[in-house]
Amino acid sequence: MNDKRLIQITSTAVPLPAEHIDTDQIIPARFLKATSREGFGNNLFRDWRYLADGSLNTDFVLNQELYSGKILVAGKNFGCGSSREHAAWAIKDYGFDVVISSFFADIFCNNALNNFLLPLVIEEELLQVLFQAIQERPTLCLEIDIAQTLLQIKELDISVTFQMNNYKKDCFLNGYDDLAYLLSIKNEIEQYEIERRP
Amino acid sequence: MGKTLFDKIWEEHIVKEIEAGPSVLYIDRHYIHEVTSPQAFRLLEEKNIPVFRPQQVWATADHNIPTLDQHLPIKDLLSAQQVQLLSENCERHNIRLAGIGHPFNGIVHVIGPELGLTRPGMTIVCGDSHTSTHGAFGCIAFGIGTSEVGMVLATQCLLQHKPRMMRIQIDGILQKGVLAKDIILYLIAQLSVNGATGYFIEFAGETIRNLSMEARMTICNMSIEMGARGGLIAPDTTTFNYLQNRELLSEAEWQQHLPSWQKLYSDEDAFFDCELYIQAEEIPPMITYGTNPGMGLAVDKAVPLSKDIAPSARADYSNALAYMGLREGQVMTGLPVEYVFIGSCTNARIEDLRVVANFIRGKKKAGHVTAWIVPGSRQVAEQAEKEGLDTILQEAGFQLRQPGCSACLAMNDDKVPEGKYCVSTSNRNFEGRQGINARTILASPLTAAAAAITGYICDAREFL
Ligand code: SF4
Repeated sequence: MNDKRLIQITSTAVPLPAEHIDTDQIIPARFLKATSREGFGNNLFRDWRYLADGSLNTDFVLNQELYSGKILVAGKNFGCGSSREHAAWAIKDYGFDVVISSFFADIFCNNALNNFLLPLVIEEELLQVLFQAIQERPTLCLEIDIAQTLLQIKELDISVTFQMNNYKKDCFLNGYDDLAYLLSIKNEIEQYEIERRP
Repeated sequence: MGKTLFDKIWEEHIVKEIEAGPSVLYIDRHYIHEVTSPQAFRLLEEKNIPVFRPQQVWATADHNIPTLDQHLPIKDLLSAQQVQLLSENCERHNIRLAGIGHPFNGIVHVIGPELGLTRPGMTIVCGDSHTSTHGAFGCIAFGIGTSEVGMVLATQCLLQHKPRMMRIQIDGILQKGVLAKDIILYLIAQLSVNGATGYFIEFAGETIRNLSMEARMTICNMSIEMGARGGLIAPDTTTFNYLQNRELLSEAEWQQHLPSWQKLYSDEDAFFDCELYIQAEEIPPMITYGTNPGMGLAVDKAVPLSKDIAPSARADYSNALAYMGLREGQVMTGLPVEYVFIGSCTNARIEDLRVVANFIRGKKKAGHVTAWIVPGSRQVAEQAEKEGLDTILQEAGFQLRQPGCSACLAMNDDKVPEGKYCVSTSNRNFEGRQGINARTILASPLTAAAAAITGYICDAREFL
């Protein structure tokens, strides 16, 4: 089994300040015909990465060598729109472990968590500071510690905690998922069904 | 303290609560389709996990199927594979499937209600965000991702945090020419696309009570476009009457459930985290000008000026206008459009087709407009034929297609070409949603029909 655990992430970040980035932008519907989970990273932000004639759009941040890393920093309401989990798969498959924003659409948030992609919420004000800092200094290093739910940026003297419930924290630190948990309580589910039946 | 409708259904479905974590929520009904289920089945098979309650699952093929020549094999290889895989998975796991050509086939959120599978008080999920549609029957219904589809297949349960509750009460009489689609587009424009994030919305009030089930579904369908987890409406006589004589809900079952359905409402002293009041008279016919459903305005109004947009939203606003080929301050009426799409789980029910047919009866579509009308299901298509709507539509020059999601997400061949405007009764005007660089303008079936006839954006009220 591959190791899904996510404990500490130390990396530079890629800034994408647009707000309300919907899952149709993250992975357009025409790429949803695959029947496996792999390979979606190639088409991540497809229509922003490539121009209509198929050539690389050098204005787009993922095509700029200046920026790289395992952390994507995006404008508010990231992942709105369609429930397609392919969006989370594409981001993870491309190589990101964390997305930072001032808030995430609900379904995307669940999908990300189920794929060990951390949706990390920070205040809008800090988000704006972060965008500017990364753009000024693309080598800026972010440190994320999941056990302590702590985001640190030493160069900026920033240290903030983020929200993550204990259950999900355990999942990330140990590589467990919801499915394993639900299967472990199947007896209780059956019991519930019996009691509820009129 | 009293309970909200949501509380009542939620509490009934809690299997257990995890300390400092989510609750285990039992799911009554699970709808699946070809696009978001294959990876879930694969995961189950890799782990050798059986489907736990196949009789609570219903499947349909809708997202990527063609809307022409459905009796022939699907030409697109990948689509064909996905649809084939759904059939195989359903057969292997004893799941009932309303596949292409099946008399029950159609868009998942159209067929669930029309067959009587969606019933008050249920918890319902589907790997599709517009599952919120089923909330119109007084259900907790919401969209899930593929991992969650796997969890429900395996255990009939999900881990969920209880959302906050918002109530939107609408009272008064709607203006002539204002439909349910206008109500929800108006609400989204007011609240913005993230105004309800973290909430479940109960729609209430006189105006809502006076709506048909079709109209209520349109509203709940798009409740998620303001960020909400879902929307719901307390069931009433309109709901119960709709459910009588449905294909998959027997009279005996209906009689048996009725008393418990009648208890599904929010108590008078129930607590809502947020409450909003709207007067129906203030709602105009709406259209969108931008690239998210919140960028909407009254059909006869002009695109807002940059200076009136909040500074933080200005970049998105200018990008949207550039994408849409519109200018600030531009009046939308008179804008020529090349495509009209009437379809999707928002507005492809029989009532929507009737609105369109009534409007275009005896008229002809404008020469430069391609008008597609895609019924939400086989049953809708058959009903339309029975009422002679198909003839009216065809005589007006509309292309009447076979059921499916079609140009709502353009996974099949029904794509709007680059740079063209499409007035669409669907729910999303995101960049590229209807085809690469296609320009979507969301509207009600009435506004869409009027655009097809005149060939430009117009205020349908002028023709009523
Ligand atoms: S019609 Fe559109 S929104 Fe509705 S289920 Fe199909 S793709 Fe989704």
